[in-house]
Amino acid sequence: MRRLLSGNEAIAQGAWEAGVHIGVGYPGTPSTETLENLSKHDEVYCEWAPNEKVALEVAAGASMGGARSLVTMKHVGVNVAADPLMSVCNTGVNGGLVVLAADDPSMFSSQNEQDSRNYAAFARIPMLEPADSQEAFDFVQRAFEISEEFDCPVMVRESMRIAHTKTLVETGESHNDQPLRSFEPDPAKYVMMPGFARQRRLFVNDRTRKLVEFAENSGLNRVEMRDTSIGVIASGAVYQHVREALPNASTYKLGLSWPFAPQSLRAFANSVDKLYIVEEACDYFAEHIHALGIRSDAFPGIALPEEGELTPALIKRAFSIAAPYAFTAADDLPPRPPSLCAGCPHRLVFVTLRNMKAVVTGDIGCYTLGATPPLGAVHSTVDMGASLSMAHGMELAHVQERTNRPVVGVIGDSTFAHSGITSLLGTVYNGGSGTLCILDNRTTAMTGCQGNPCNGVTLKEQARGLSPLDVPAGKPLDIEGLCKALGVDDVVSVDSQDLAAVKEALKNATDSSDTLSVIVFHSPCRLIDRTRKSAPEIKNCRACGMCIKLGCPAIEKGDDGKAYIDFTQCVGCGQCAQVCPFGCIESKGE
Amino acid sequence: MSNETQTMTVLLVGVGGQGTILAGDLLAKTAAASGYDVKISEIHGMSQRGGSVSTVVRFGEHVASMICDEGCADVIVSFEAIEALRAQQYLKRDCGRLFVNDEAISPVSVAIGNATMPGDVSARLEELGAVRIPAGHIARSANSPKSTNVVLMGALSTALPFEDEVWRKIISKRVPPKTVDANLAAFDAGKQSARA
Repeated sequence: MRRLLSGNEAIAQGAWEAGVHIGVGYPGTPSTETLENLSKHDEVYCEWAPNEKVALEVAAGASMGGARSLVTMKHVGVNVAADPLMSVCNTGVNGGLVVLAADDPSMFSSQNEQDSRNYAAFARIPMLEPADSQEAFDFVQRAFEISEEFDCPVMVRESMRIAHTKTLVETGESHNDQPLRSFEPDPAKYVMMPGFARQRRLFVNDRTRKLVEFAENSGLNRVEMRDTSIGVIASGAVYQHVREALPNASTYKLGLSWPFAPQSLRAFANSVDKLYIVEEACDYFAEHIHALGIRSDAFPGIALPEEGELTPALIKRAFSIAAPYAFTAADDLPPRPPSLCAGCPHRLVFVTLRNMKAVVTGDIGCYTLGATPPLGAVHSTVDMGASLSMAHGMELAHVQERTNRPVVGVIGDSTFAHSGITSLLGTVYNGGSGTLCILDNRTTAMTGCQGNPCNGVTLKEQARGLSPLDVPAGKPLDIEGLCKALGVDDVVSVDSQDLAAVKEALKNATDSSDTLSVIVFHSPCRLIDRTRKSAPEIKNCRACGMCIKLGCPAIEKGDDGKAYIDFTQCVGCGQCAQVCPFGCIESKGE
Repeated sequence: MSNETQTMTVLLVGVGGQGTILAGDLLAKTAAASGYDVKISEIHGMSQRGGSVSTVVRFGEHVASMICDEGCADVIVSFEAIEALRAQQYLKRDCGRLFVNDEAISPVSVAIGNATMPGDVSARLEELGAVRIPAGHIARSANSPKSTNVVLMGALSTALPFEDEVWRKIISKRVPPKTVDANLAAFDAGKQSARA
C-alpha cells in the first residue's frame, strides 16, 4: 500500500510491522508523533515515561525480558538517557532494542544543535540514518533485526527534515506477530559489576569488529556512480539536498553512520577525482572518515556553514553554482516570533514576576516564551529541571541580597515530573530557601498536549481521546502533596488566572527569605480547555498601556495609543480586565 | 515546472494556527493521487504559537530535497499579507505566482508598539504580481470561517496541473464529514476569485 507518511509515522508503521511489543518515550519535537502513532495500534503497548532515562530503562527491561522495544526521544533527551545507554551497550539485548533520536539542526524547537551520531560512536552501537520516509520505514525494521543478530541496542537518527517531511512509502498491511523471546537469568550478561563488565567489554570489542564487517555488506550504504569528477559523501536529508544541487555527482550515501565501512569508502574515494564530505552543523563524518586515512577536498566555492541545517542553495554555493535570480528579502517587516496564546494561564505569573523585577530561572516548555517582549521575565533556560536547581545556585551566589531582586525558579508540570523533583529534593536537603513556581496547566503543551504524570493521562488513554480535564480525581499526581513529602514546609496552591491571588502568593513567598516556598499555579492550557467566554468591552480607554504589556495576541495598541480587542482571537479569559488600573475593561462573564 | 529537475515547488506561508498544515496536506495528497512523487515539509513545535510558519510541497517525477530555496518557488500561497512580503525572496522572479489572502494580522511586536506595520503593503504586493484573494472574507460570508485555507487551495488550483475531481475527492475525504459541502463551495469560490 502506497501512503504519504512523515518520517515519524513511517517509523511507527515500520516498528508495528516488525512486531514491536513495547513503545516508550518522552515527548520532544521533532520525535513526538512517532510514539503517538504507534500507540494507535492495539497490538503494541505504549507509554510515556516521566523522562528519557526512565524510558530507556523500561525498554531495556522489556528487551531483557524478551520483548522487541522502541524508545523515542529528541536529541537532548539522549543526554538524559545517556546513563543507561552507555551501559546497555555493554549488556546487549534479548528482544530487539531500538532507540530513536530526533535531531534538530537549525534548532527550530530546541535549545542546542547537538548531533546524536556522536552517541552511537561513543557507545559503539549501530546508527541507522534514513533519508526519507521509505527508508525510515525500512530501516527501523532492519534495526530490530540487527539488534537481535548482534546482541546490541541500535539507534535510528532522523533530523527534523526527515521526521516532519511526508514522502510516499510502500508499506505492508499487517503486524508481523513476533513471539516474546524466552527469558533465562544471565547475570554475567546483565549484572554490570566489574568482573562481569570487563568480560562484556571484550564482547563489545569483538562485536564492533563484526559490525564493521557487517557495514561493508549491509546494503544500508549506497554507492551511486555518475560523473566521476565529483564524489560526495552524505546522509539523511543532506543527501537529498546534494541530489538536488549536484544531480550529476557520484554519491556515497551513508545509511549506516556508525560503524563506517572502510573498504567501500576507500573504493569510492579512489573512483572519483575529487571527494567532498557534505554534512550539516558538525564534522562528524569528516572526523571519522579522515581518521580512516581517507582525505577529502576543500570546496571550490564558499565553505559550508558550521551551524544550522544545509539547503541545496548552500551546497550550490560551496560548488560555485550561481543562485537563481530572486527578489531581495524585505528587511523592514515587523518580526513575528511565537508568543503565549490568548488566555494562556502562564501569562499573569510572568507579568507579576516582571513587575516585581524578579530574576527568573526558567525551564523547557511553552513558558520559555515568558522571556519574550513585552514579558521579558525569564533569565535562563538550559535544560529540563534546571530552573529549580539553578535558582538554588543563584541563592548560593547571594544574588537576591546583592541585587535586591527576588530570585524565582519557574517550571511546568511535565518538566517538574521529568527532572524537577530531584532538583527540588536537592534544595530541600541542603536547607535552601527561595521561591519556586510550578505552573500546572494540566498538559505537556509545547509538544502538542500529551499526557504526563501530573495530569494522569496515559499514552493509551491519550490515543483513545481522554482529555486531562476528564481524569478522575486521585489519578493525577498530587504535586502539593509530593512537595510536602519532600520536605517543603510552605506549599500553596493558586489559581493562575486570578491576578490578586498570584500577586499575593508571589509577594508572600519572596518576602519570607528564610523559608523555601513552592507555589503551585493551577489552570488548564487553552489548547485543552477551549471554552470561550465573550470578549470584554473597553470603555473610555485612557491609553495607559497596562493591558498592552500583557503581550496578549488578542489586544492591539491602536494608532491613538488606545487598546483594541481582536474578537477572533480573544477567549474572554479576563486577564486584561484584571490589569486595567481604571476599570475600563469590562468582562462580560459567560 | 522547472526544466532542470522537473519538480514543482509550492510554498505555503502564514501565521501559526491559520491552517497551513491542513492546506499543505490537501495539496500533497492531491499531487500524490495525481500520480506524482511528492514531499511535504512542515515546521512543528514552538513556531506554532502564533509565529511565522511555512510548509513546502514539492512534486514531480522524482523529488529530491524537501526544502524551498530562494528564487525557487513556482507558487507561493500566503495566508496573511505581511507573511507574503516576508517570503518574497523565495518566489521565482521571472515566472513565480503569488496568491495572497487579503488580510493582515498584527504580530505581537506591533500590538505592543515595538514595531510598525509597513504602510505600503498593497503597493509592494502589486509589485510582486500578487493575486489577492479575499479568502477570509469569502469564508466568513459563507458562514464557514474555518474554510479560509480551502478557499486559498481553490485559488492555488488554478496554477497547478491537477484535475478538479482529484482535489474534490481529497477534500471530501480529509475534512470533517459535516463540512464537506461548505469546503467544496469554498474551494470553488477560491477558484473563481483567482480567475476574476
